[in-house]
Amino acid sequence: MRNLINAKRRDVLKSLMGLVAGLFVPKSIMAEKDQQKRFDWADDSIHYDPHDHKWGMGIDIDNCIGCGRCSAACKIENDVPREPFFFRTWVERYHILENGETIIDSPNGAIDGFNKKPDEEDVLRSFFVPKLCNHCDNPPCVQVCPVGATYESADGVVLVDSEYCIGCSYCIQACPYGARFLHPVTRTAEKCTFCYHRIVRGNDPACVEACPTQARIFGELEQKASPLHRFKRMNRIGVLKPALNTEPKVFYAHLDMEVK
Amino acid sequence: MPNWIPNLPEQVRRLALLVVVVVIAFLIVRPMLIPAGFGEQGHFRSGALNDAVAHDYKYAGKASCEECHDDMTSMLASGYHNNLSCEVCHGPLAGHVEEPEEVQPEFPRGRNFCPVCHEYLSARPTGFPQIVSQSHNQLKACINCHEPHDPVPSEVPEKCSACHGKIARSKAVSHHANVECDFCHSVNEGHKTSPREFRAAKPIDRNFCGQCHADSENGSDAPQIDLSSHEPRYVCWQCHYPHLPEAK
Ligand code: HEC
Ligand code: HEC
Ligand code: HEC
Ligand code: HEC
Ligand code: HEC
Ligand code: HEC
Ligand code: HEC
Ligand code: HEC
Repeated sequence: MRNLINAKRRDVLKSLMGLVAGLFVPKSIMAEKDQQKRFDWADDSIHYDPHDHKWGMGIDIDNCIGCGRCSAACKIENDVPREPFFFRTWVERYHILENGETIIDSPNGAIDGFNKKPDEEDVLRSFFVPKLCNHCDNPPCVQVCPVGATYESADGVVLVDSEYCIGCSYCIQACPYGARFLHPVTRTAEKCTFCYHRIVRGNDPACVEACPTQARIFGELEQKASPLHRFKRMNRIGVLKPALNTEPKVFYAHLDMEVK
Repeated sequence: MPNWIPNLPEQVRRLALLVVVVVIAFLIVRPMLIPAGFGEQGHFRSGALNDAVAHDYKYAGKASCEECHDDMTSMLASGYHNNLSCEVCHGPLAGHVEEPEEVQPEFPRGRNFCPVCHEYLSARPTGFPQIVSQSHNQLKACINCHEPHDPVPSEVPEKCSACHGKIARSKAVSHHANVECDFCHSVNEGHKTSPREFRAAKPIDRNFCGQCHADSENGSDAPQIDLSSHEPRYVCWQCHYPHLPEAK
């Protein structure tokens, strides 16, 4: 009788220890998994871990002179088709008239700049607004993709896997910012990548490189000592269509209420 | 076979078989449909990241020019064009950085190039240096008078603009372009060296603007108003910014 009880107690203790040890097992497996997550780039000159970054862009409307060098550079850098209507970034001009009307134009995305409007007499105020994919933290385009071909990488950049994109255009419909288009040749969805091929190698996106007035500021969102963080601290910041809760990572300073 | 199985009703047994077949089929087909690497980095094919970065640079970036053209980069860095990228004017030059002799840069020497940034547009921020190219020295190329890497107006600019550039440049495209600063502000020479010690004077009353604008025999070609009836409760600059006066 005694033996039996003892034996049972030993069993109980054994399984208890197993249980306690078991508690640690998932942790260590997970830790290993985290390490596996570190990405192996096919190009081994890249030493970049998406998990160490969180990218965003700041745009200072007051600095934008509407030269459109950003959209011109973007087209060249990313082989965006030259025809109109295909843009990864573009510049809009807002004219707010005395009578409250708003006129928006963006001739060919501003890749050749803007011309003077002949009837600029009734303008109350006017300014330029550069636009691009907002790299939302809550991206509607990713949610609607039926095959997982558009995704948010660990560094916050929303990308398209053109191998797996089936060209269904749901994401283009879903994007509230009109930032996507269907490539006329490959028939896959395309959009701004923050020039992913440049940023993993430590360069700025082409539009930022081309901007003559630092109206575009690219950088880390989660590092205190970064130009973008400072930009967000020192300015009153707005995002486009905040009511949609898309949580954009493109931040505008001096954004006019009229901008949609 | 455990003896409870034959006791199950026929339809349940068939159903169970179906479930087993479906599950096995799912397990076999799933890996075939899901691309390699899916889920490793998130809800996507991890190889897509490799595809995203396998794209050639077109723009080498300003930093890469310095190695071979440090004279030009330092000239650019010290002037008004310090924020400009070389390639915004010379075109994308990643190829040139690799093989300087093979890939030649563009040279935007024409008068149609600089105005993409400098032509007067009302939407441009006030104070950004702008010209109306139709009337700005239209017979010569811009680079005849302005070195593109260090553009300074070829004459020494008004001294005030050294520190009040924004005001000077707004005024330059305004109706008051031809009214000199010191007509409205009497300035002690000392202001240019210690501006806070020697304050510049500003107009104080409506009569000042009236010198040119109020009906009298002043012979000015300025548009005329009647001082006593034109909004007498305010000083003029509560409505008209003197450096960019607007009416209508
Ligand atoms: C590896 C060295 C090297 C780098 C880096 C380089 N260049 Fe050059 N560049 C040269 C050489 C050498 C020439 C002369 C080529 C020739 O005579 O055909 C030249 C010529 C030029 C010229 C024409 C000069 C003339 O008189 O015709 C321009 C403009 C120019 N480079 C701009 C740039 C810019 C902008 C960059 C940065 C994006 C750059 N270069 C980077 C070596 C370099
Ligand atoms: C605002 C536009 C602009 C920018 C910015 C610019 N260039 Fe130029 N560059 C020109 C033009 C225009 C010429 C032709 C000048 C001429 O023909 O007199 C030129 C000529 C040159 C030449 C050859 C002529 C010479 O004087 O030796 C070199 C080399 C050159 N640029 C390099 C650079 C480099 C390097 C940078 C960046 C640090 C740069 N440029 C930025 C417009 C620009
Ligand atoms: C991509 C836009 C861009 C292009 C192209 C460009 N500039 Fe500029 N320019 C600027 C900026 C930005 C400044 C600095 C403005 C400031 O200080 O606020 C500037 C300043 C100047 C100034 C100094 C104005 C002053 O007195 O304050 C001159 C002159 C000038 N540029 C001439 C030229 C000429 C000539 C060309 C063509 C060879 C040219 N620019 C091409 C953007 C440009
Ligand atoms: C014949 C010489 C000459 C030519 C050609 C010329 N400029 Fe000028 N530019 C000047 C002088 C002198 C000034 C300063 C006085 C003034 O404001 O008119 C100046 C001033 C400027 C300014 C500064 C304006 C401000 O408000 O600070 C800009 C910008 C400018 N020029 C751009 C250009 C561009 C762009 C072209 C070509 C389309 C050009 N210039 C052609 C001589 C010239
Ligand atoms: C060395 C730089 C410098 C130069 C050159 C300069 N200023 Fe100033 N000025 C200043 C500064 C700085 C202030 C602001 C002082 C303050 O707010 O305490 C100022 C203020 C002024 C004010 C406003 C004074 C007030 O009480 O609000 C006027 C008007 C003025 N300057 C006119 C001029 C004129 C006209 C010229 C050319 C003849 C000129 N300044 C040249 C630096 C300069
Ligand atoms: C037509 C007359 C007139 C001319 C010309 C003029 N100013 Fe003024 N300026 C004024 C008046 C009036 C004020 C006061 C405005 C106010 O208090 O709102 C003023 C204010 C200022 C101020 C201080 C407030 C501000 O607006 O920042 C500065 C600095 C100044 N002027 C500089 C200049 C310079 C530099 C020039 C030449 C480029 C110039 N002004 C030309 C009339 C003039
Ligand atoms: C030295 C003479 C002179 C003085 C002083 C002067 N102005 Fe003017 N002003 C002019 C001239 C000349 C014009 C017309 C220029 C033109 O036709 O482009 C003008 C135009 C104007 C306009 C009309 C702009 C339009 O859209 O038609 C207003 C408003 C104005 N000035 C306001 C003022 C105010 C306010 C002051 C006082 C701070 C002032 N001016 C001082 C000479 C002067
Ligand atoms: C309460 C605002 C206000 C004040 C203060 C004011 N103005 Fe005006 N001003 C206007 C408006 C609005 C117009 C255009 C409608 C009109 O012609 O009455 C105008 C027009 C003008 C014009 C253009 C007239 C024409 O025929 O083109 C001049 C010049 C002018 N004002 C000068 C002045 C001067 C000088 C003062 C100071 C003595 C002054 N204003 C004070 C509001 C004001």
